[in-house]
Amino acid sequence: MSGVRVLVGTRKGAFILTSDGNRQRWDISGPHFSGWEIYHVKGSPVDPNRLYASQTSGWFGQIIQRSNDGGKTWEQPGTKPGEPTKTPDGMPMGESNKFVYDTSTASGKPLTTHQWYDGTQHPLEFKRVWHLEPSLTDPDTVYAGVEDAALFHTTDGGQTWHELAGLRGHGTGSKWAPGAGGMCLHTILLDPTNPKRIYVAISSAGAFRSDDAGKSWKPITRGLHSLYIPDPNAEIGHCVHRIALNPSRPNVLFMQKHWDVMRSDDAGESWREVSGNLPTDFGFVIDVHAHEPDTIYVVPIKNDSEHFPPDGKLRVYRSRTGGNEWEALTNGLPQRDCYVNVLRDAMSVDSLDPCGVYFGTSGGQVYASADAGDHWAPIVRDLPGVLSVEVQALP
Amino acid sequence: MMRVVLPYHLRTLARVDAEVQLEVDGPITLRTVLDGLELRYPMLRGTIRDHVTQQRRPFLRFFACEEDFSLESPDTLLPEAVASGVEPFLIIGAIAGG
Repeated sequence: MSGVRVLVGTRKGAFILTSDGNRQRWDISGPHFSGWEIYHVKGSPVDPNRLYASQTSGWFGQIIQRSNDGGKTWEQPGTKPGEPTKTPDGMPMGESNKFVYDTSTASGKPLTTHQWYDGTQHPLEFKRVWHLEPSLTDPDTVYAGVEDAALFHTTDGGQTWHELAGLRGHGTGSKWAPGAGGMCLHTILLDPTNPKRIYVAISSAGAFRSDDAGKSWKPITRGLHSLYIPDPNAEIGHCVHRIALNPSRPNVLFMQKHWDVMRSDDAGESWREVSGNLPTDFGFVIDVHAHEPDTIYVVPIKNDSEHFPPDGKLRVYRSRTGGNEWEALTNGLPQRDCYVNVLRDAMSVDSLDPCGVYFGTSGGQVYASADAGDHWAPIVRDLPGVLSVEVQALP
Repeated sequence: MMRVVLPYHLRTLARVDAEVQLEVDGPITLRTVLDGLELRYPMLRGTIRDHVTQQRRPFLRFFACEEDFSLESPDTLLPEAVASGVEPFLIIGAIAGG
């Protein structure tokens, strides 16, 4: 490997951080899309120079950006200037920022509503793309998790997006209700050993799995227990914050739930708690070491009312036993007066040896460890609040 | 040739530095101006009007000749001074947020 590229989405633009394989000295590029919220930037595993970015704004809505040169230049992959915006028969041409919910019978009802805070049904309203997950095999195919919760995909490099409506239509969609952060589909995991298997997670609906490439879905929440949900067997309503897997063992999933760190050894069919000796089992991020499938990382956050680390100490916790036994990683991280948060998409690992671990904070710091978490150093300290961190190992 | 002034972030998206000059056929209305703008700058589709409903996005306003046209029908005729290019058509972002 010649180096790594860290893709950082922030509240005021995107930043690209690059280094050689030593991961000690960094070049910082950005802000890209200055002033816009960049929820997520991710590269294609097939073509590392093909990047996709979710650019959003409360004023101007959703934009999808694509780069074919590793982030040096970007384009919106929709209709080009001067090209017709309608087909000869009058149908609108594809637009890269057009996310329209499928209301055909394929989605079940057709389904146009979900449960609102007062228990009534509320129209689905597209707000933004939270997460972009490029295909493991095709650089033009990408999955998009959106708010209000749904899963879209493109097969033409982002020019047009279509909903995989079986998720909302599988039966529970009308009962999904938003959490405080919005009803977002924030996690998309693709099984590298089974191209038809996809996992997604939604706040605060739960976790779901498809075994037929997204046509049909089932909740995978058995074993999850959440305060205030009286039914111990409730299929939905669990506030899943993040799920992670190691590609070499994709049936083993790790979950940071609103409260509780959970593990599944059967592709989500059942879950057990592995919070063990964590100082608090509330948090947002979770990730798995690239080469050690039982080594996992979380950043404990004090509680759901105080979104900062306990005792003002920023600590990553690592388990080398697949959960339950955790050690605090503090070397190079602030151990006093630190009151930042680490959001759900803001941790990533690289595939170099030793494994690099990266995370970004609401205070604008991006920390990196080039030795699997033993030592940390900030790559950059003063970015806008970090929404997402992804890393690519470059050939 | 009529003139349209875009808010900063839409100028960035459209990759234009200042106001946009447009040739619009037929009557100059909110709808025909925005249709013409999106035809020339398709990257702006969905950023001013919702893709499906074609409704103005809530935090944008339309002004011309010191009048607010934001709540007018899309087929409202704009002033002759706008149609002739003497005065620009202004798309303004609400002043809010951090």
